[in-house]
This record gives sequence, structure tokens and C-alpha cells, in this order.
Amino acid sequence: MSFNGYGVWAIYRFEMARALRTLWQSLVTPVITTSLYFVVFGGAIGSRMTEVDGVPYGAFIVPGLIMLSLFTQSIFNASFGIYFPKFTGTIYEILSAPVSPLEIVLAYVGAAATKSAILGLIILATAAFFVPLQILHPFWMLAFLILISTTFALFGFIIGVWAQNFEQLQFIPMLIVTPLTFLGGAFYSIEMLPEGWRTLALFNPVVYLISGFRWAFYGVGDVSVQISLAATLGFFFACLAVVGWIFKTGYRLKN
Amino acid sequence: MPAVISIEGLTKTYKSGHQALKRVDLEIEKGEIFALLGPNGAGKTTMISIVCGIVTPSSGTILADGHDIQSDYRAARAKIGLVPQELTTDAFETVWATVTFSRGLFGKAPSPAHVEQILRDLSLWDKKDAKIMTLSGGMKRRVMIAKALSHEPEILFLDEPTAGVDVELRRDMWALVRKLRDRGVTIILTTHYIEEAEEMADRVGVILKGELILVEKTAALMQKLGKKTLTLNLQEPLAALPPELADWPLALKNDGGEIEYVFDSNAEKTGVPSLMRRLSDLGIGFKDLSTRQSSLEDIFVDLVHQDREAA
Repeated sequence: MSFNGYGVWAIYRFEMARALRTLWQSLVTPVITTSLYFVVFGGAIGSRMTEVDGVPYGAFIVPGLIMLSLFTQSIFNASFGIYFPKFTGTIYEILSAPVSPLEIVLAYVGAAATKSAILGLIILATAAFFVPLQILHPFWMLAFLILISTTFALFGFIIGVWAQNFEQLQFIPMLIVTPLTFLGGAFYSIEMLPEGWRTLALFNPVVYLISGFRWAFYGVGDVSVQISLAATLGFFFACLAVVGWIFKTGYRLKN
Repeated sequence: MPAVISIEGLTKTYKSGHQALKRVDLEIEKGEIFALLGPNGAGKTTMISIVCGIVTPSSGTILADGHDIQSDYRAARAKIGLVPQELTTDAFETVWATVTFSRGLFGKAPSPAHVEQILRDLSLWDKKDAKIMTLSGGMKRRVMIAKALSHEPEILFLDEPTAGVDVELRRDMWALVRKLRDRGVTIILTTHYIEEAEEMADRVGVILKGELILVEKTAALMQKLGKKTLTLNLQEPLAALPPELADWPLALKNDGGEIEYVFDSNAEKTGVPSLMRRLSDLGIGFKDLSTRQSSLEDIFVDLVHQDREAA
């Protein structure tokens, strides 16, 4: 037995079942939140704004909004998925099972990424009700969607392994990811910033992710799409390396 | 009998510096019931957790059915089922879903028939669609056993299986253990109910402060370390033992109504015939007498006690 497909499927299905049980929180809440963003940013503020990069403001913020949900949901789903068994003690069964680290990550991260990619598409559909949408590069839009969902699910997995209480579970998403997203051009082009701030913004990794995703929609971005893709892949492999280290050392999983 | 688990030079020191296992060598034979006894904190759970892959050993090698538990963990773990001491279950899953999950997790193709059989064996069938959190503690324990058996393991670890369970479940559990043994499953259990080990186990291992101080066939251990107690119910109560009886370590019990004599049943001279003659000479009559073999519990307490004195 070189690949425990039944094992991966068991964990994947367990994680997906968890989302179905809480369908209300998992899907309806983000949709309502997104709609609120459109009402506030698109309606109230957008009506007073000119176009950004040749795109109407309401449509301009769609990729950023999807990214915002993708980041938080991928991290939340994956971190909770691995943290909760640690918290309740049911992790014993995963650790004693004939599943490899790669299979465990594949199942947990795969499930979390699936959930947030589906969510991203639902938000996209919701957005279509509010603003006229245009997707110039549908393939790259999906590629970025899946790659970024997976990357942040990996990141969430790391947080879930690292966290020793529920506060720590919330800490990084609340204090680091959300601010970086707001400052990373989710609601504006960094071209609109004063010179000094613009240079500073280029140190924000989230800028590259949002920029690439927005390029897939409208063909324009703050940075070139190659750089965006490279940055996204870079983050993906960095997370993968940390996960590899976690299993090699048993960090916070095994004594 | 070939060894189904062989542990060689196993040690475990936790990061805190606590040395949980000093050096353990042990071979478990295929198809036997092996009871691991020891006070709390002796290292029983650490040892089980290492074999099952939950805790990483500091040194040593362990083979499960010939497979190294570290380099060939897939093959090793697929053979092993574990029922941990703590009641740790998912809350929102149904009984059916959680047992099916375990089977898949251990790499087995779905088999509703097998899952049904397990649930029926454990009297869980009518609860199959119940959420686990709605079950009583005893029922949750059954669910954990069902999960451990879902992938048809050849080696089953039961860590304190009868701690805090009611009489009925205990009886069911032992019936199940016997049934599994008849099918050839090797069972390793830890327990505080020493009479259970005495009744159920083929062999007993005693672990103390991270060292396996004794491994013996249960029957042989009883014989080797067993003591007998002779109790004489006197016709007339005695106020004190007469000095003529000072050669025997006797105790006067029950307000002088009984004489108790503890002796080694394997010794060449038990001292019983001479005691009887002396009593007769002294004119001390008794209306009844009984002897009792010491239990594994007495033996265990003795061992722990000796160790404390030696320390």
C-alpha cells in the first residue's frame, strides 16, 4: 500500500460533512457580508468615485472582496479542521492510522481549499447581481482562485497545528491577514497611494495576490502578472516547506 | 508461538526531562491476552502510545507483526487497533459515520456488513443514527471500541478498558475480548482491576517507574509468588497468643476468635502440620478452618511495596 486513498477520502469527507452541517455559517454568512460590502463600498462610496484603472469602482473591488473571503475562510477552515481534533483529543486516531503526512495534509488542506474555492465562486455569483462583471482570463481566474485557496489553507493548517488555544487560532487571521488585505489594495489600486506609501505597499505580499487575481478579471494589475504568479507560488512552497518540517519533527502534534 | 509484537531497548524521555520508559524489552505472543499492570504514571500508556504511533520513542525498535513501526508504519499500523483511556469522540457525528470513518482512515474498503456486525456485537445497532454527544459515557466507550475494531485489526490495545464502566458493559467487554481471542486477535490491555487480569490474561507484565520488572504467565506467577492464608476459627476466644506459638508468625483476629497464619505454599516446609500438633498439645480447639490463595492484587501490592522499600 503506497497511497491510502480510503484514508484521504475519509478525512476529506469528514471535513466536508462538517461544512454541510453548518451550511448556514459556511455559506450564507459570507454572502451576506459580501452584499453589505457592495452596499457600503459599491453603492455609497462608489457612486462618488471615478473609474479605477478604467474599471467602474463597484466592479473593481470584486476580485479584492473575493480574495478577502478566500484568505479568511481558507485559514479558518483549515486551522479549525486540525486544531479541533487536537483540542478534543480525537487526533489520536489520525496519528495512529496508516496515513502519511502528505495524505493528512492533502485531505485537510484539500477540503478547506475546496470549501473556500466554492465560496469564492458563490461570492462571484452574488457580485454579478450588483455590478457588471468581466472576466478576461477565465482560466487564470480559476487558477489563481484554486492556488490561493490551497496556499492559505496550508497556511491555516500551520496555524492550527501551532495554536494552543482558541485565541491563538484567531490571532494571525485577525491581526495580520485582515490588515494586510485591507492595505493590500483590496478596495483601491496602490497607484492611488502617495509615493512613499506605494513603495511600502510593495512589501505587502497580499498586494501581489490581489493584483494577479484582478488582472485575470480586467487585464490590469498593480504589478505584472508574472510577478504575481511567482509571489503566489513562492508563498505556496514556503507553506509546504513549513508543513513538511512540522511532520518531520512532530512539532505540536506528537510528544 | 511467534511474537506478534517485539519491543527492544525501548526508552522514552519527554521534553520536560521526565523519563517515562527506562528500558523496555518485551515480546507479545500471537493470539495471547497480555495484561500490563502498574500504578498510575508507571509508563503503561506511554508504551502503548509509542507502539501505536502517537508518541515518538527516544530509542529502541518495535516490530508489529514483523513490520517496523517507524520505517514500515503503514503495514504496522494497519494491523493495530487502539482504544485509548480517555473518552475522546467526535460530538456531532453519528455512530455509523464515525465507525465508517475509522475503517476508511485505516485504509480498508467500505464494508457496511462488517460495520453492522461490530455495532451489533457491541449492542450499538439501535444507536447507529444517534449523534455521539447524545450517548451515555458507557455507550461512548462502546463506540470507541467499535472504531478500533472497524478495520479488523490483528492486534488490539485496550488502555484501561473497564475504568468507570458499569457491570453490564464490563461483562460484555470481556465476552467480546474472549470472542476476539478465539478469532486469533492478540490483545494487550492495561487495567487497575487486577482480578480481571487474573481471570482474563494469559500473561502479566508489571511496569514500575518506566521499567518492566516482571513478565510471567499468570498461572505461574500466582504459583510462584502466591501465598496462602490459613484461618482457624477457635472454639474459645483467646486473650493473647500463648508464647508456645511464637515459632509461627501468627496473628490473632476477630477479638481473639480467629488465628491467621500466612505461609508460602511453595516452601518445602509450610509449618502447617507442626502448628496443628502444637495447637493440639496446648489444647486449643477449633471448629472450622479455611485456606485462601493470595490474589494477583496481593502480589502486585507486594511488588510495588518492595520497590518502594528498595528505593
